[in-house]
This record gives sequence, C-alpha cells and structure tokens, in this order.
Amino acid sequence: MSDTSLPTLPGDDVRQIMWRFSDRFDLQMAVQSARGVARGTVARLVADGVRNTHEWNDEKGKLLTAFDESGLTSLYMDVEQGGFIEGPKNMAMSLVAFELSWVDAGAATGSLAGNLALAPIHEKGTDEQRRFYMGKALPPQPGEDRVPWRGAFALTEPLPFVGVDTGVVGGKAKIADWPEGGEPVLQIDKRGRFITNMDFANFVTAAVDSDDERIKGTFMVILEETDPGTFDRGAPTLKLVHQLSSTRDPVFSQQVPASRIIGGYDVVDGVIVPKFNHSEVIASVFHRTRIPVGLMTAAKLLSAVEPVIRYQRSRFHGGEAGEGSPRYDLGLQVNEDVTHRLIDVWATGEAAASVGFEAARQADIFDPVEREKDRICAEQGLTGRKQMMALRKKEPEVLEYLDLLYTDEAERDAARFADLDADILVQFALGDARANIMNPAVKLWNTGHGATMMREAVALMGGYGTTEDCPGFLPQKWMDAQLEATYEGPEAVQRRHLTLGMTSRIFRHEVDLWIRELEAQAGDGYGAKSLAAGFKLWSWTTDYLQGHNDPDGKKLYHGKRQAVTFPLADAICWLLSARSLVQDSIELKTKGAENPVLAESLDAFSSFYADLCKLQAARAAGEVSRICADLVYGFQESADEADAAEFAALREAVDRSLAGTELARDRAADALTHIMIPEALDYPA
Amino acid sequence: MPTTYQIVVCGGIVPDPLQSLEPVMGPTGPALKNEMMLPSVLDPWAWHALFEAADLAKRHPGSKVWLVSMSPKAKLQQVMMGLAQKVPFELVVVDGPASGFADAVETAAALAGAIEGIPDLDRSKLLLFGGWQSASRGTGAVLQMIGEILGIDEQFQGVDKLTVDDSGGLEILERIEAGAWQKSRCAGAPAVLGWATGELPEPPNNPQIGMQNMRGIMPALQQAKPAALSGEGLSYDSVESPKQRRETRVETEMDADAIADEIAAWLKG
Ligand SMILES: Cc1cc2nc3c(=O)[nH]c(=O)nc-3n(C[C@H](O)[C@H](O)[C@H](O)COP(=O)(O)OP(=O)(O)OC[C@H]3O[C@@H](n4cnc5c(N)ncnc54)[C@H](O)[C@@H]3O)c2cc1C
Repeated sequence: MSDTSLPTLPGDDVRQIMWRFSDRFDLQMAVQSARGVARGTVARLVADGVRNTHEWNDEKGKLLTAFDESGLTSLYMDVEQGGFIEGPKNMAMSLVAFELSWVDAGAATGSLAGNLALAPIHEKGTDEQRRFYMGKALPPQPGEDRVPWRGAFALTEPLPFVGVDTGVVGGKAKIADWPEGGEPVLQIDKRGRFITNMDFANFVTAAVDSDDERIKGTFMVILEETDPGTFDRGAPTLKLVHQLSSTRDPVFSQQVPASRIIGGYDVVDGVIVPKFNHSEVIASVFHRTRIPVGLMTAAKLLSAVEPVIRYQRSRFHGGEAGEGSPRYDLGLQVNEDVTHRLIDVWATGEAAASVGFEAARQADIFDPVEREKDRICAEQGLTGRKQMMALRKKEPEVLEYLDLLYTDEAERDAARFADLDADILVQFALGDARANIMNPAVKLWNTGHGATMMREAVALMGGYGTTEDCPGFLPQKWMDAQLEATYEGPEAVQRRHLTLGMTSRIFRHEVDLWIRELEAQAGDGYGAKSLAAGFKLWSWTTDYLQGHNDPDGKKLYHGKRQAVTFPLADAICWLLSARSLVQDSIELKTKGAENPVLAESLDAFSSFYADLCKLQAARAAGEVSRICADLVYGFQESADEADAAEFAALREAVDRSLAGTELARDRAADALTHIMIPEALDYPA
Repeated sequence: MPTTYQIVVCGGIVPDPLQSLEPVMGPTGPALKNEMMLPSVLDPWAWHALFEAADLAKRHPGSKVWLVSMSPKAKLQQVMMGLAQKVPFELVVVDGPASGFADAVETAAALAGAIEGIPDLDRSKLLLFGGWQSASRGTGAVLQMIGEILGIDEQFQGVDKLTVDDSGGLEILERIEAGAWQKSRCAGAPAVLGWATGELPEPPNNPQIGMQNMRGIMPALQQAKPAALSGEGLSYDSVESPKQRRETRVETEMDADAIADEIAAWLKG
C-alpha cells in the first residue's frame, strides 16, 4: 500500500538514509544521546530563562555534567583515549551539534568549544601532548574519582589585534630562562577576546608570536591555570546570543616550559623553531570545526517547521469557528502564503543540512588521507614548496581519477581506477580541493542565508515570534544564527577562502562532471536541470571574469576585488547546497525501499522531497543567474556582442528550466496542510 | 554467596506518547494512522521494569538481564539506539506487531516461546519482569499469561518496589486501590513482577554500555524470527480515541488553595 500524501515529519529512518549513516550504530547512538540532553537538560534551562544572564552559573554548569554523563565529551576522543567512536569524528560532531542546536546552539557551542581547545593538540600536538591532555579531558570512568579538565581556544585578541585577520598576533612569547642543557622556560603574554569556555577552562590553547630573537615566528602554546603568573579569566562578554555558553576576555601572563609548544620544536643555532606556526595549526583545526557550526543553523531551520505548523493550525481554536470548519482545522493555513513561506524555510534547512553532512562525510574520508600524506611526505622529505610541487604534479592524475569516478563502474578501467584510488597523493589533492570549497561553503551559506531564513520562520509566528514564549525558541534561534555566521571566521573569511578554492582546476573539473551527472538526472523531477544550467552559467561567468579586465585594465577576478569574487562565492554556495539536497533525495528514493519502516510512505516522502529539490534548485539557479548578470555586465561600459549572446543563451536555459517550479511549491505547500504532527513539542518551551 | 537472578524483561514498543494517535480501520483490522512512521519508544511501563531489572542485577553480581520484545524489528532497531545506552542487557527479538490491537493471548504465547528458547536459562532463578500493563493494549493480561504458560504462579502486579532479604526472600510493594500499597513476601524466584513506575530515575545515556550491548543486539535483530500470529479469534467492531475535553481559563490572581478547591468542587460535580 502506498500513499502519496506526506504522512509525518521525516524521522530518523529518513534522515539516516539521506545523510548516509544507516549502518553507523555508533553515530545513531550519539544522535540519541545528544537528543536526550538537548530536549531534556538544555530545553529546561532555556525554558527557565537561564539564557537571560551573561554570567556563567551553577544552572548552566549542569550542561557540562550532562555532556560528560551522556558521552558527548568523550565523543571527540579516540577509542584508545577512552572514546567510543572509531576513526574520524567529523560526522559524529556534526550530528551532535545538529541535535543540540535543534534546541539551543549555545549548548552546542559549549560542547564544541572543548573540542576546539583540544583540536590543535589532537591535530598537531606531539604524542605526549595528545596523550596527556586527551586523558585529562576524558570524563571520569566508572570507579574513578577525578574532575575532568576543560579547555578553551584563544586566538581572537582585543582590538587592534587578531580578528578576521589572524596574522596580526598581539600575544607574545619570550624566553624567561634557558638553563644550560635544559628545557627553556617561556614567558607568555596573551590577551583574549570572546573566548568560549573561559569561566571554567583548566587549560587554554593560545596563539602567540615571538618577541625574542631566540624564538622563531608564531606558534600555539598550552597554558594551564596553575602555571606560575597570571591566569585571569577576565570580564564576561555581554552576549545577546548563545548565553548557555561561557565567553570572557581573559588575560594571561605565565611561565611555561617550551614543551608546551603545540607540536614541539627544534633548536637550530640556539633558536627555538616551533614545528608548526600558528597559521598551520589553526588551518588544520578550522578545516573541520566550521562544518558543525554550519549545521547548527541548519538544525534551527528544520526545528522551526513543527512549531510553525502547530501555531498555524491551532491559531483559531477556541474561537467561534467550530471543529470541522476549515478555519478551525487549518487555521492560518487557509492562506496560501503561510505554507509557501514555510516551505521555503524547510527547503533551506534541508539544503543546509544536506551540504553540511556531505562536507562532514568528506572530512571523515579526508582525515586519514591527510595523515597518511603527512607521513609519506615526511618520509620523502617533502616539505613546503617541494610538497606543493609534488602535489601539483599529481593534478593530471586527479583529473583522470575524477573522470573514472564519474564513469559507470561496468565501463571504466577498473585496474587504473584502483591504482589511483590507492594513491594517497591523488586522494589528498582531491580531498583538499573539495574541502577548500565545501567547508567554507557550509559555514557561509548555512549560517548567512540561514539567518535570513530564520527571520522568515520568526515572521510566521506573528507577534509570538518576538516573545520569549514563542514555541521552539525561534526568536532566540534567529539571533543565535548571527553568531554562527560570525565566530570561527565571519562570512568575509569564508568568501576569501572560496575565492582561492573556486579556481582550482580539480574543483572546476568536478563541476563539469556534476553538470554531466545532473543533465542525466534532469528527467527525474528533482530540479537537476535547473542546477545543471546554474552550474554552466556559473562556470562560464567564472571563466569570463578570470579572462577579462575592467575598462581601467584591472583584473576582474582578483583577491582584492571582493565585489567580484565574493558574489561569485555566494553563487557557488547556492548551487552546492541545492546539489547536495538533490543527491540526498535521490538516495532516499533509491535506498528507502530497503527499509521496511518506510515501505508504505516512501512514495510520499520521495515526491515531497522531489518538490523541495525542484524549488531549491530553481531558487539557487535564479540567484546565480542574477549574480552572474551583475558581474558580467556590471563591470563593462558596454557588453561585447559575442559574449553577451553566449551569456544570454546560458541564462535563458536557467529561465526555461524553471518550468513547473511553482506547481512543485503548490504541491509541497499543500502537503503541509495534511501532514500529521505530534500533539506537542517534545521539549519544554 | 549472594543470590543471583536471571531476569527476563518483556517489553514492546509504542509510539512516542507525544505523537497524535488516530485509530483507523485498515484492511487487516484496526491500526493507528501512519503508525510505521511514528517514532517509537520502549513501552513506558516496561521501561521502568528494565531499569529495575538492571539495578537488581547490579546489586546481585552474577545476575543477568534479557529484554524480550515482540516488535517490528526495523522499528525496534531505532529504539535500541537510545535504549541500549541505558543499562546492560541481552536482546531477544520476535519480529511481529507491537500494535495494541494484536491478540493478547497470541502475544503471550509468542513471548513465552521466545523465553523458552533462551539457551541455558535457569528457570529456578527466573524473575519475569514487565509492565503491569502496556501503554498500547492496556489489558494488563499479557505478562500474567506468560507466567501461566511458563508455570510461574507467584505473580505480583503494579509493583513499585522489590527488596531482597539476606536469605533471598522477596518483599514486594504492589499498588492497590486508593493510593495504597500492599506488601507481600515470597520465598524467592521464580516469580512474575508486573511493574508500575518503580522508583528509579532514567539512567543517563552511556555510549560505552551502548557499544557493548550492540554487539549482541545487532545479531539478535538480524536473526529475529517472525511471530506466528494467526489473528483469528479476535475481532473489533470499531475503534476510536477517548474524547478529550479541555477547558482552559487563565487565572493570574487566584492562589493555589483556591484553584485546588475549585478543581475539587468540579470533580465532585
Ligand atoms: C560568542 C563568541 C564566542 C567566540 N569564541 C571564540 C573562541 O572561543 N576563541 C577565539 O579565538 N575566538 C572566539 N570568538 C571570536 C570570533 O571568532 C571573532 O569575533 C571573529 O572571528 C571575527 O573577528 P572580529 O570580531 O575581530 O571581527 P573583525 O575582524 O573586526 O571584522 C569585522 C567585519 O569586518 C569585515 N572584514 C574584516 N576583515 C575583512 C576582510 N579582509 N575582507 C572583507 N571584510 C572584512 C567583515 O564583515 C567582518 O565581519 C568568539 C566570538 C563570539 C562573539
């Protein structure tokens, strides 16, 4: 029996297929743990108004205990360090951030910040540093009487130092003492601004620069609260957002052994040379931690669907319209606009989640590849420029690999594919090119456009949407989304990253292959045709901007020309997120049949998702079309006829691909008037 | 040498209580609308029984806990992702309907058969736990019948507390009328205990326990045999949910005593 009307909101069965973790029980358990904490401890704190204070307090402290007890603190640890998830943890952290942010992203930030503090040590620390600090941070095991250590990550500094620009490090390191033949002692002076976890951190990983000719350059260093000197937690940040996390402006002036330099150091001609400068450490950290932040905003958008539907439906209950009348049963949903707007919120949330989880899966694949690449390069003495050259030489093989990857398995040269698949440098170069796009794209689009769409969700609640009583904490979520767009690098930082990544030949080649793939999927009703047309237009425009100058002869595509590169970066994000949603929806249709729970309703879910995809793809292609037209025509006094004709043809293809889009919206919106929702939210509000 | 127990907890799954439950007449009899798509939880009464079982087993080292469940196995698997993190147990699955409309007699027979099939179960140490009723069927009949089939006639229902004395004797508090408890004693296992809420809080999720349990749970789910329920001998004329009446009045000035008096007066009619 198969019904075509959407029966319920998508549950875990649907999500596990779409986000590809049906066979990962460790991840499914992490989801349940995080959900329990979110809809229990966290929701009660928010409902009790605990967000209304800037100061950290005992009530907020309950979060730390809840994280420890439910395994969320140890989630980041490897199994040999006391964790329970084997291998990379990006997907796990992303799912946990998603679940916690479903209720309150401040709680998610608190849980992630501990990992952020450990991340420099985990990624670049010495074995000894890793063993010691991961061990200390592990919550006590049964029978152990021990208080776990908490950490903070201190990069940002008071004005005029580190912010978006991470190169202007004000924190300083000097040699306080260097006993003959012994370990040097460093004097570290660092001030932090907006440092999360600072109320209770027992250690801090801080970025500093040399202020001593016997130390070379910048590095990150571990400070402990009991190190001699000043460990001043500073003033609390008077946040209007994420109040369930702790944020302060600390001041450190401490002496620490040089062994606290993250990753260790060499002594060359009497100079301490850290193995990693601070930029190398933070690059490897942010490579990963920005993905869960993007998923925080995705969770909020999706979490808004149920409370908004409930509000709409019950808006006139108790009034004169009796049960059975449209006004009683459908409430506000008798008005077309309210369901149409909610569908836009929902589709945005889906696309944000799909692209976020795709990035997280890719990061899980990339982590071991990156480590193996580091090992091979160290073995072969490939560092700095030499390593870059070695990787560049691999580029033709990466392109060949991609061609094989997108060729039907039965038709491709299996032996060659296997060879390239096993070539770590090929895999690294590909993973790196993808991460350089996907990670900033997730952070940029999910949080930036997500914040805008959270406003739509709030608007749908009317006056309620501006009050503390609003079910689902929607106004708090709207404000919070703006922080997600800011910390761990504001939108400008992500756009700058994309500016560099978008011109990679590897990425551009994969875009061409996506276009081919999408064109093949064009008849399936998922909006693939719009996306293919959008990608083509974006590619053409990128080539055009790279190949043309403005009337003053200045290059159009240039890092300094943010008016060109930044909108182009925004445009690719629209396409990437819609593409991820299309692929996840096709996966649901294909794999859903294997799940007996979904058997009865798979057709209904598939058609609904196909409609969401169509809408989102059309919206994305439309944005791209508008942005590209601005860029192609806007920087010339008059257009070259041949260029204009080519461009117009590509743009027309986007327009024509919109056929049926609004009909898809009608269908999807109609589903909102039939869908069965629970009697009440499963968390206090 | 402390007494050890072999504790078998019977528990099905039910839709999460916050979901909208709409009975409908389907082609094969009554069902809940969209039941397969509603998120499920372990039946709340059995949930308490399971935590009590785990606590008892912990206090009597060498004891062991099984959870025997007749449920659609794909849905049960989802429930396990949370439940398995709570306490250690071994899962025995009968792949069948968890619906409250399935016949209690046939359900009891299927569960008794599954218990009889547990290898090396020492019946002399058996404590059969479960809810005093299910949240789906609500008959309070299944556990009693399983006990009868297994030949256990020491039966207690509505249990809130079980104490074991030094000689292994059981002291049990059962809920009776008017908010009172009845205290009973029995010499020891085997016995049937249908739990009310017990008195233990929900344990936090512990993923280490979860990973440990999962090693047995996944094979148990994969190897689950389908239940042979004929569905004959029971028919339903109609099904509907109880009518609710909600009259809300917002009172900001009344004190608690006045509110209580008014509600009491309303209850008395
Ligand atoms: C609640 C909270 C928690 C935080 N937690 C931490 C933490 O734990 N650890 C930590 O180290 N930091 C933390 N931060 C700091 C956060 O990462 C920074 O605020 C953020 O990176 C931006 O730096 P800034 O505020 O100095 O902005 P600025 O550098 O002053 O930038 C302001 C704006 O100017 C524009 N801009 C700046 N530079 C450029 C450019 N080159 N091109 C184009 N536009 C530009 C952008 O619009 C940008 O948003 C936290 C911040 C907050 C609010």
